Amino acid sequence: MSDNSISPEQASYLRARKRYRLKVIISRILLLVGIVVLWEAAAELRLVDPFITSQPSRVVRTLLMLHQQGVLYRHVGITVFETVVGFTLGTIAGTGVAVLLWWSDFLSDVLDPYLVVLNSLPKIALGPIIIVWMGQGMPAIITMALLISLVVTILGVYSGFSQVDSEKVKMLRTFGATRGQVLRMVILPASVPTIVSALKINVGLSWVGVIVGEFLVSRAGLGYLIVYGGQVFRLDLVMTSVIILAVAAAVMYQAVVWLERLILRFR
Amino acid sequence: MAIKDLTMKFHSPEAEITALDRLSLEVMEGDFVSIVGPSGCGKSTVLNIIAGLFEPTAGEVLISGRKVRGPSSRVGYMPQSDQLFEWRTIWRNVLLGLEVQGKLTRETSSFAEHLLEKYGLIEFREAYPSHLSGGMRQRVALIRTLAVNPELLLLDEAFSALDYQTRLLVADEVKQIISRENKTAILVTHDIAEAISMSDFVVVLTRRPGRVKNIHRIVLTCSEKTPIRCREAAEFRDYFYGIWKELDVYV
Repeated sequence: MSDNSISPEQASYLRARKRYRLKVIISRILLLVGIVVLWEAAAELRLVDPFITSQPSRVVRTLLMLHQQGVLYRHVGITVFETVVGFTLGTIAGTGVAVLLWWSDFLSDVLDPYLVVLNSLPKIALGPIIIVWMGQGMPAIITMALLISLVVTILGVYSGFSQVDSEKVKMLRTFGATRGQVLRMVILPASVPTIVSALKINVGLSWVGVIVGEFLVSRAGLGYLIVYGGQVFRLDLVMTSVIILAVAAAVMYQAVVWLERLILRFR
Repeated sequence: MAIKDLTMKFHSPEAEITALDRLSLEVMEGDFVSIVGPSGCGKSTVLNIIAGLFEPTAGEVLISGRKVRGPSSRVGYMPQSDQLFEWRTIWRNVLLGLEVQGKLTRETSSFAEHLLEKYGLIEFREAYPSHLSGGMRQRVALIRTLAVNPELLLLDEAFSALDYQTRLLVADEVKQIISRENKTAILVTHDIAEAISMSDFVVVLTRRPGRVKNIHRIVLTCSEKTPIRCREAAEFRDYFYGIWKELDVYV
């Protein structure tokens, strides 16, 4: 589109739109800066006790300290690794079980009440059992993350499978397609959006599983730093870890959104 | 193709429904036959049985003297809307049937290519279905069915998902393609005008349980033998009212 094709009304609309967006961005930055400044000032003026609330300058110092000691990347790396493995396994295993349920109506009828119960059960309650069974370590944490996303994935993907247009299935069956062909050629490709959206939900759930797992196992990772910091009353460490966690979770979520766009562009 | 004493009963916890009751019908090679009937008379059930999707309670369907036992490449089925797969290109949609039947060879794929070429879709080979108009999509769906070279085509309300104007044009196109490829076809529809304008015979079914009420041989005097032109024929109205009365529609 060339410049002279824009009418004055369109130009003023575009200007207003741009101004509005700028306003939103500036407000976002100001909000963050405001919170940080207020927090720092309140702690500095002893309106709040920095021993309990920590304060931004101490967070930065802690961050630098963790960086210099070289432990920062190890803990972040471990937690991120556990989360990625957790939600990937949860999505794959959940999709696998959904395929079995789709394959056999009998199986899905039999398992239905069990899935309902497992879905309503807070999986975190299984934490101690998992640790006893899997030992104090990474396998237990990953299992926790997997369990937390598994049932949701099964239910979501299975209902996605059931929503595939039955006329499409019928059309394929008139060509003489076997059940396996129907699965491979219609059900799975048609369910890619459902599976990707399950993946998106699983990222969040997997973080919950990993952090709770690290709380319980208490060996390494951001969850360990948080619970350790809390026990020895080093709130600086707790706050720093939580902030790192927030950033890591946001980055991972964005990565999955980006992956989703990449996949759906080919459709 | 011959249908002999077809009976179909459906079972549900509430009731047993007899959808078809000793229905018999013969269709000669190269004929275009439409089946019309009041809603719920089992029109689509007939097609599902011919396609081999349902096992009839009694009776049988013979195609060129051989009994239908499950879906086969002898029968091509056109669903209500085109049902193209959005994640496949036009070309890969067309090859779907061949792929399913494990018949994808250089010969069969060049036949599919030839069909695309013949019906003006070759340049959309690598396009995705979302880039095509409703009429073109329907043409692709027909080519997908023709690519496996079936003896008999079944059209299940095949145009009902289209808007009226497109529907007329697509009916025209499909009819032309089917006659050019010299295929036998059975169309199930609730649109009497569509049935008359496209067919050599119109079969009227009774209300449930479905049985053949009457068969009309359609002879229209029109300059061009296309469904749109045929609607202008003088006999069209008589057929229309004749069939309309037989359908016994009450509201």
